[in-house]
Amino acid sequence: MSLVATSGDAPFARELAALDTMLHIRLLEEKITELRKAQSIQGSIHLCIGQEAIYAGSCQALRADDPVFSTYRGHGWALARGVPAQGILAELLGRESGVCRGRGGSAMFSAADHGFYGENSIVGAGAPIACGAALASVLRGEERVALTAFGDGAMNQGAIHEAMNFAAYRDLPVLFICENNTYAELTPVAETVRDAELHKRAAAYGMPGERVDGNDVAAVRDCVAHHAARARGGQGPALIEMMTQRLVGHYYGDLQGYRPRGELAEARQREPIARLRQRLAADGVAADTLAALEAAAAADIARAAEAALAAPLADPATVMEHLYA
Amino acid sequence: MPEASSSTGVAQLSFGKAVNAALARALEDMPEVVLYGEDVGKPGGVFGVTKDLQRQAGAARVFDTPISETAMLGVAVGAAMSGLRPVVEIMWIDFSLVAMDQLVNQAANVRYVSAGRLAAPLTVRTQQGATPGSCAQHSQNLEALYAHIPGLRVGIPATAQDAYDMLLAAIRCDDPTLVIENRAMYHGDPQPVSLGGPIEDACGARVARPGRDLTLVAWGAMLFQALEAAAQLAREGIEAEVINARWIAPFDWPTLLASAGRTGRLLVAHEANVTGGFGAEIAARVQDELYGRLRAPVRRLGVADCRIPAAPHLQAALIPDAGRIAQAARELVGEQRDRRTQP
Ligand SMILES: Cc1ncc(C[n+]2csc(CCOP(=O)(O)OP(=O)(O)O)c2C)c(N)n1
Repeated sequence: MSLVATSGDAPFARELAALDTMLHIRLLEEKITELRKAQSIQGSIHLCIGQEAIYAGSCQALRADDPVFSTYRGHGWALARGVPAQGILAELLGRESGVCRGRGGSAMFSAADHGFYGENSIVGAGAPIACGAALASVLRGEERVALTAFGDGAMNQGAIHEAMNFAAYRDLPVLFICENNTYAELTPVAETVRDAELHKRAAAYGMPGERVDGNDVAAVRDCVAHHAARARGGQGPALIEMMTQRLVGHYYGDLQGYRPRGELAEARQREPIARLRQRLAADGVAADTLAALEAAAAADIARAAEAALAAPLADPATVMEHLYA
Repeated sequence: MPEASSSTGVAQLSFGKAVNAALARALEDMPEVVLYGEDVGKPGGVFGVTKDLQRQAGAARVFDTPISETAMLGVAVGAAMSGLRPVVEIMWIDFSLVAMDQLVNQAANVRYVSAGRLAAPLTVRTQQGATPGSCAQHSQNLEALYAHIPGLRVGIPATAQDAYDMLLAAIRCDDPTLVIENRAMYHGDPQPVSLGGPIEDACGARVARPGRDLTLVAWGAMLFQALEAAAQLAREGIEAEVINARWIAPFDWPTLLASAGRTGRLLVAHEANVTGGFGAEIAARVQDELYGRLRAPVRRLGVADCRIPAAPHLQAALIPDAGRIAQAARELVGEQRDRRTQP
């Protein structure tokens, strides 16, 4: 990712970098949609369109060696951690150059060399694993903070409760990031909990719980930076509930009949990319800068897709490799 | 009396619609049936299998749950011990592992350790199998895991009629029962399904195609690969008898032994991993029971012992298909021919 800002935009460098990341995520997922539609990519695809500020903001607040554990909706987290778009696309296309040689696929790839410890397709399962990464960091004196992201629906999974308590009683440096897009698949979270202010549950475990606007990249970054610093300082975990909306279905092909009329149109009014762009324009960033950023991101993704499509398929003769050490 | 409707007579139904019809009938006939799961109520299920059931039976009996598998299955155990007949959808069998305690340590023990004074007549509906692009946590075939547990019944319907009959049998059955469907089949072509008939017991295999030269036994989606293989073999003059096992636990040994005893050769094909798969159990048992009457050793085909990769072409490298079943069958028949020619 390259920044196309001019020197006059320097005070906005951080915001422009966030916008750049968000644009890359959005365009990557639009490319994935296109390839899925054409059947070049097969199977279930879960997109994070509309939730990009969570990934861009959080990753700006993390150190490069902080491990991130995401859900199956992880393309955005991966890209924000710096995983190359080519490696992600190639993975989804089953190519040898995919980050997991076609074995992980859209829902389970990882790229640990970029601090992306992987997606997880079992709701809630990543949280205890993140606690383990945090435990290792503490024992080795590495001061890493483990970030585990999950949805609002996942808050009702036993593994999440067990992980939060475990992290809290051991003061482990874990950030529990709840991406609250208000739906668990096709069911609104408010219909399966008594109190939909999920951040309040943190109090039960004796850790801070906070709700932030997950479509505001600066709010996300500041909140994560604050709690990451606390955790690194030995003060234990935090639960951050980031309010957002997905602008697409739960999975590719989801017709979203469960969404009330007008909800999506309203969500588009608050969507994070347009919002950041408007704010930067209002603050005086040149329209040219913003346009150039977008054009460069589009060119990046187009190049990545071309390279991924040209790459050879993973070799079926190697399919049994990596099963045992 | 209302006219014969979709709840009686013969209807053309896809596999998924047959499941839906069975659930509708159970909800109508048995006030103690409750149906719940993630997205099962209002949305009608991610595969549309429980569509309209909440409208028909009401939100008190058909409802959506939090993503809390342990609670879902534990609630089913308690409710079943208390006189309800819960039918729970676990969206993917892989997710049942999150709550396996409730099935294995809890549900399966209730009847035995209470000397029959308590029972847990719950039904878990779930689905399994690999489909192109599905990740390793959405691709497993875990029937052997549950068949290993005495006290649990495990059924794997293959046809739309199976889907209807076996689910009703499971719901009516007084034991905890797992019915494993196959998502690749939910939206398949409609097949004739006879509705409203008597409810069978939760056991029993079927001969899906008669033959004299060897027996092929398969279940779920693999049945269709076996039938396709049998069709290929028939063109070469090899007549394979194909058995649709239907219930893995308890297994219908008499039907299988009768067939294998007659043909003298048995090939098991399944989509689960070979090692420790249910095919191993079948091979061991049949060899034990039919020692001396078999004309060749029992053979098993299954997925190579590996995790399941997401890429479709990598999956295809691991999963048996009709061609591989037919080839193994040829080898089985050839083996015997070779042996006969030995001095
Ligand atoms: C243990 C488990 N149960 C059920 C599922 C099926 N499932 C996949 S995504 C999902 C909804 C998750 O909702 P949420 O946690 O809010 O995350 P979101 O998809 O909104 O990001 C469900 C039920 C699963 N993958 N794992």
